[in-house]
Amino acid sequence: MTAEIVLAVLQVLVVAAGGPLLVGALRTLKARLVGRRGPRVLQPYADLAKLLRKEAVVSTTTSWIFRATPYVLFSTMVVAALIVPLLVARPVLDFAGLVLLVYLFVLGTFFLALAGLDAGSAFGGMGSSREVAVAALAEPTIMVAVLALALRAGTTNLGGIVERFALDPLLAANPGHLLAFSALVIVMLAETGRLPVDNPATHLELTMIHEAMVLEYSGHYLALVEWAASMKLFLFMTLLVNLFLPWGMPVTAAPLAVLVGLLVFAAKLAVLTAALAVLETSVAKLRLFRVPELLAGSFALALLSVLSVFLLR
Amino acid sequence: MASLPYAAGVVAGLGGAWIGIAGMLGSTWTVRIESLVPLGGLELGMDPLAGLFLALVGVCTAGTSLYAVGTAGEPGDDPAAYLAFVGALGLVPLAANAMTFLVAWEIMSLASWMLVLNRRDDRTTQSAAWVYAVMTHVGLACLLAGMLLLWAHTGSLRFADWAAAAPALAPSVRGAAWLLLALGFAGKAGVIPLHVWLPLAHPAAPSHVSALMSGVMIKLGVYGLVRVSFEWLGPTPLAWGVVILLAGAVSAVVGILYALVDHDLKRLLAFCSIENIGIVLIGVGAAMVFRHAGLEALALLALVAALYHAVNHAMFKALLFLGAGAVVHGVGTRSMEAMGGLSARMPWTAGAFLLGSLAIAGLPPLNGFVSEWMTFQALLQNVRLADPALNLVFVVALAALALTAGLGAACFVKAFGITFLALPRSEAAGRAHEATLAMRLGMLAFALACVLLGLGPTVVVPALGRAAGAVLGAAAPGAWGDLATLRLTDGFAQLSPLAIAAALVVGVVTPLVALALAGVSRRRRRYETWGCGRMLQTARMEYTATAFADPFKRVFRFFYRPVRDLQLDVHPESRFFVRRMAYANPARSIFEEWLYRPALAGLRGAVAQAQRLQSGSASAYLTYIFLTLLLLLVLR
Repeated sequence: MTAEIVLAVLQVLVVAAGGPLLVGALRTLKARLVGRRGPRVLQPYADLAKLLRKEAVVSTTTSWIFRATPYVLFSTMVVAALIVPLLVARPVLDFAGLVLLVYLFVLGTFFLALAGLDAGSAFGGMGSSREVAVAALAEPTIMVAVLALALRAGTTNLGGIVERFALDPLLAANPGHLLAFSALVIVMLAETGRLPVDNPATHLELTMIHEAMVLEYSGHYLALVEWAASMKLFLFMTLLVNLFLPWGMPVTAAPLAVLVGLLVFAAKLAVLTAALAVLETSVAKLRLFRVPELLAGSFALALLSVLSVFLLR
Repeated sequence: MASLPYAAGVVAGLGGAWIGIAGMLGSTWTVRIESLVPLGGLELGMDPLAGLFLALVGVCTAGTSLYAVGTAGEPGDDPAAYLAFVGALGLVPLAANAMTFLVAWEIMSLASWMLVLNRRDDRTTQSAAWVYAVMTHVGLACLLAGMLLLWAHTGSLRFADWAAAAPALAPSVRGAAWLLLALGFAGKAGVIPLHVWLPLAHPAAPSHVSALMSGVMIKLGVYGLVRVSFEWLGPTPLAWGVVILLAGAVSAVVGILYALVDHDLKRLLAFCSIENIGIVLIGVGAAMVFRHAGLEALALLALVAALYHAVNHAMFKALLFLGAGAVVHGVGTRSMEAMGGLSARMPWTAGAFLLGSLAIAGLPPLNGFVSEWMTFQALLQNVRLADPALNLVFVVALAALALTAGLGAACFVKAFGITFLALPRSEAAGRAHEATLAMRLGMLAFALACVLLGLGPTVVVPALGRAAGAVLGAAAPGAWGDLATLRLTDGFAQLSPLAIAAALVVGVVTPLVALALAGVSRRRRRYETWGCGRMLQTARMEYTATAFADPFKRVFRFFYRPVRDLQLDVHPESRFFVRRMAYANPARSIFEEWLYRPALAGLRGAVAQAQRLQSGSASAYLTYIFLTLLLLLVLR
């Protein structure tokens, strides 16, 4: 039991520390790809430290929800970090699997959207409204992609799925799997506010989604929100890497195996990050009302993936 | 002393809940009084399923009666009809023959109709009550016809006899009986497209009655559907299950789509009831299909998920309707566009409504999450069915459920955020007052139920498994894991609700304590909202409910078919000086326009034709009588 708790804490620390690093690496890579020098890779840590030192300004219009939201959001990401397969194939604390993960993200979005409305500015409401619209439309894709994975692995437990594919790598190498992967990549872009759905680097009121929603936050509240957002990106990338490319994941919790597994994971994550940076520099942001079409497309991909299981069995 | 009947309601509700829970745990009894009702007499019977629904009625009645103590004696209050209503609600699940059932059912409908018609001089209330009366009696006619058909073919009015005789009946008779009974029950449950009465009648009633109508009465439609589909008519054909499954999926999505664009707080909740009935029916339909395929364990899982969601929905919907009632009480309007900022003036109601919103959006660790999770798990296991066409039906239902969950979360961000957060949008909202103590206690009871049902599925699910197993006639009670963890179908999925809740609390507390210790959270200042340099913040700068729902209206415009109406009154000098602007963008109901309006037009045409027979001349009528007599003699 102690070993499990140590692993659980370790896994949360990896996600919490990895999130800002991932965002920093992504920013630097994107800058280099368009010919700028860009910020240091470690800049997000400096930003977080600076925000934690600054005074927070809280609008007089807001209620306790506005102040509670950063903590709730952060908490959902911590719990999500506990159940994602990262250090070992079986998640350290096996609560509920993929469906819980989806609902944890919705819980965070729910509170963040309420906080966006709480300050009573039009920006916040606009961001909230758009964010929940995108999240709601992404939901069917996630569940159908989960079905595609569960069908091949025979379980919705994240650990079970990863173990199944880690032990039988050839099972993961089929076209249906690739379709589900692409569907989830699109969902990730939408859920974490990346291009072409939302542009994390802009504050243009007509187009922004996530940034509009958190506009009123400052100081340590903003630090928590930004940190949670980076953890969400990290968790999504981890899921994609470990669910679809589980090769090299340790099945047992021996210290050496975990260390080697972590290095392999870092390598895989680096490849996916580079791919994401290339993708983000090569596409333009979609008009807001074209986003549903993109999500419909991702749903079609997930559906095809599921159908391929039924038709090829 | 106006509150005395409601105090009696609290006691009666608790008593009913006690008897119901005893029934769920295995006590069975029957009561038979021949002389009370014609055609078979009054006959009541207790079994686990009846116990479950009686307990549901009892708990909800206790909570809503407690709340009603706080509003008793207001204009439109009708305690006699209320008591008749809750009595009939408790009687329906116990009824063991058709006569008892129909009498209880009709008392339930009539009493609730009287409660809907509480403000008799109000035009919208009148028309709501009228639509309700018509729809509920069309449903009753279907039930009556179906039950008479079964009487004619089995020679008995007792439900137990039907179940025994059903396997020997001709398929056409069984099909016709199922169709009629299912239509009657689905109408009461508010399944699309038989839902038109629901968003009119539920908001018109006083809030504690709305809570019972949405929380319990429509669940009795589900109760009837479960009885008729699993017991009364024996083994079900595949098509019935598929029909229920798809009807559930359509109801879920359509219900929540209408709720999203409705800005009347109570009507939003009523539409949302249609959505939740849809989720319940997805479970029921899946259970029917699994049972047909011989997958007993999965049928049990799906039915338990459906029953769990029915129970959960009763709790959080009652909570939300009571919260909405407190808001309407405090503000004096049902329009969300005139609300806002209520969390400062009604902190208790706001807290209760937030909890209900989280629960209904299916968010962990509350009860809505558990039942939606179970429904998802049941649907995800459709791979055990061998027919690809059936698999596709399940995938469609899965996607519909996922979309519903997402839209539901969006809908309740709107419902809570616009109503309770930011600045008040009207003077009345700025002067709103908190609910009375009894009202708050009523809400608190339901909030507690939501939390307990969310944390304790490992206790609740085996009990529901007994009720569902009794209906399915399953040999095994089903394996549900231990007290800490719910385990489904040989490790297909598992859930540890207490651990999730604990982890969430630790996740909140750790940064809170860490930041407080570091002295970070003290560096805080209150200042006005940033607004691009304008001088003053007013409620007119806030996002409205209409604006919040606009992205959905655009994305689903093929469904809403909104009519956009923009009227500009510009200055004669320049069209850039707008003096007055009126904008309306109402969604239309395709069901009313494409289904009910043509049907009503046809009916009106037929009636106009029939009117010709009624010439008013006595000699013509005598001729009719003579011709009828002649015809009957010839036919004899």
